[in-house]
Amino acid sequence: MIATRRPPGRAATIGGGLALALVAALTLGTLAALALRAEPGRGLGPAEWAAVRFTLLQSLLSAAVSCALAVPVARALARRRFPGRDAMATLLGAPFLLPVIVAVFGLVAIWGRGGLVSDALAGAGLPRLDIYGLTGVVLAHVFFNLPLVTRLLLQGWATIPAEQFRLAAQLGFAPGDVFRRLEAPMLRAVLPGAFALVFLLCMTSFAVALTLGGGPRATTVELAIYQAIRFDFDLGRAAWLGLIQFGLCAAATLLALRFAADAGFGGGLGAAPRRWDADRARLRALDACVLAALALFLGLPLAAAGVQGALALPALPAAVWRAAALSLAVALLSAALAFALGLGLAGLADARKARGHGRGVETFGLLSLAASPFVIGTGLFIVLHPVADPFALAVPVTATVNAVMALPFVLRTLLPALTEAREVDGRLADSLGMRGFSRFRLAVWPRLRRPAGFAIGLAAAFSMGDLGVIALFAPPEVATLPLLMQRLMASFRNEAAAGVAFVLVALTLALFWGFNRWGRGRAAA
Amino acid sequence: MLRLEGVEIVYDDWRLTADFALERGSATALIGPSGAGKSTLLAAIAGFLAPTRGRVLWEGRDLTPLAPGERPITLVFQEHNLFAHLSAAQNVGLGLRPDLRLGREGWARVEGALAAVGLAGMGARRPAALSGGERSRVALARAILRDRPLLVLDEPFAALGPALREEMLDLVARIRAEQGATLLMVTHQPGDALRIAPQTVVIDGGRALPPAPTAALLADPPPGLAAYLGGG
Repeated sequence: MIATRRPPGRAATIGGGLALALVAALTLGTLAALALRAEPGRGLGPAEWAAVRFTLLQSLLSAAVSCALAVPVARALARRRFPGRDAMATLLGAPFLLPVIVAVFGLVAIWGRGGLVSDALAGAGLPRLDIYGLTGVVLAHVFFNLPLVTRLLLQGWATIPAEQFRLAAQLGFAPGDVFRRLEAPMLRAVLPGAFALVFLLCMTSFAVALTLGGGPRATTVELAIYQAIRFDFDLGRAAWLGLIQFGLCAAATLLALRFAADAGFGGGLGAAPRRWDADRARLRALDACVLAALALFLGLPLAAAGVQGALALPALPAAVWRAAALSLAVALLSAALAFALGLGLAGLADARKARGHGRGVETFGLLSLAASPFVIGTGLFIVLHPVADPFALAVPVTATVNAVMALPFVLRTLLPALTEAREVDGRLADSLGMRGFSRFRLAVWPRLRRPAGFAIGLAAAFSMGDLGVIALFAPPEVATLPLLMQRLMASFRNEAAAGVAFVLVALTLALFWGFNRWGRGRAAA
Repeated sequence: MLRLEGVEIVYDDWRLTADFALERGSATALIGPSGAGKSTLLAAIAGFLAPTRGRVLWEGRDLTPLAPGERPITLVFQEHNLFAHLSAAQNVGLGLRPDLRLGREGWARVEGALAAVGLAGMGARRPAALSGGERSRVALARAILRDRPLLVLDEPFAALGPALREEMLDLVARIRAEQGATLLMVTHQPGDALRIAPQTVVIDGGRALPPAPTAALLADPPPGLAAYLGGG
């Protein structure tokens, strides 16, 4: 096969270059700002050490627990066929789109002092649970990442050919033999990457630390940055902490890239292969228990948030509509920017791929996973502070940082479609002399529309649920829906918070569903 | 004796019936057009699918409740007979113990089986480093060690060239003779059937016909088989 050897279009080069420059400015530029402003002379005091220790400890524990629990869950899903298996797959996908603050609300409703479990314990004369601190942070992280690891492991299970299970049955393998010969080698290949990915995600999960952590014993580095800026206005300390956080994340990213887990998202389960080795009553009962526990663990907090939210709708605070409008504005701006950046980078990456270059651009786009949004936000705050009022810039800054955070997902959704368009139709378009925008419209967009709809919907949903940089920048009278919810929860106005949660989830799902639907176009009807 | 007693397999509007017996130590070919249900019938005998009706008996014992690995059967598939991440010797050793705790004597038997199929000294190789014929030999070496009374082959050599296929058929015939096993083999090649199977079961029109002498059958095929065999 002859590769098409055309120089990339000028549009791809310029657009990609601009996108690259913006991402570089936001990641490396803000890092430089932090370095100039930081006061490393202070060294690592006891408070800094405690923050570093807690950040590492909760990430390690969260990753370990998520991985350990995901193995039996994924195994049960991989080897059982049962009605409701598809519903289970949807449930596994739910935490991905769910705003963090809503999940935290649901978890508190189940596991908190006044929650369902505590009520049951109190009824039995036992002490109530305390969810705040390390326990709560790890619990929330497991809630988000157990489904993620399960999906990664299910991809691993799907790579074991059905014929191998048939052969194992023919040779009379016991379940232990199947595990040792077929499943353990796959787990050894997949688990380290999953662990590293979860570790990285937990290090940069600010919203969970903000809502469930706090205090000298449960403060992450990002939470310490937040406190330094919002409470003490100590920018030197914030910058120094930002550098520390960047160092931790960079190390974790290198680790994650080394094991390179490809986190797939969306998509259903494939068909489960027939598993003769698991055809035993004891294993069937075990798998049923595991899956029931999973359904309760994921489903109860969601149901609690949904029910309390619906009941609280009549008592919605007036501030909710302004917050909703602001959230929508941020989300749409952010999604548009993420799509533009993603298309620019994907175009550049694909053009370079066509000329046989490596995957540098692709990797660069993924690197924004490493820079914590909070570190970028801190850097921006420090850069903007001398020249403008950072609080006045809350909306554009939040939209921009959210867009950069969604970029890895957008890039990975768009790039395969662009490459396919070039490989399948590229030579035909060349031979017909199609160029410029009309080529994009006629020869590329039809293949791009569906992934574009998915990517824009995803970016909008991410931004809608984000509770990170906005908390750093927003003045007290301005709030997005997640920030409003957090403030209500912090002042123990739980009913109002529940109502806001309902509106937030409804808008998030509507955005994702709407864009995704638009991407499918009439073909889906 | 392998007995298929009123076996009936039904999928939607597709069906296959079989009611026949194979003498212990006999060698039988199974012939029929694609989609007639040859592999399906083997899967029912080996325990990979449960017949809709009827029973499969070996020496009078009902095999229906037994899992595939518990049946007195070695089934060699057309493809995917080996685990790609295990060496040839390990793949053979699985025939002795699925947990591969073989001990010195066990590994010596593995080496012996490899030598018996002409693969002496090649035990350390992974399947990817073996040719198609060599992979078939590894599967047969494992069949030797499993030493089950019923050897069932599902077109195992279809992907091999004519000379190599004949060589493998002779190897199968030798293994069968040494172990006194009962052989049932699916094939698309009348020549293969003539070479090692004195009798043949034809699947035609949703029915597996009782075994008949191969030579006579091929010399004067019934209409369905004649159409399948074509001009030959």
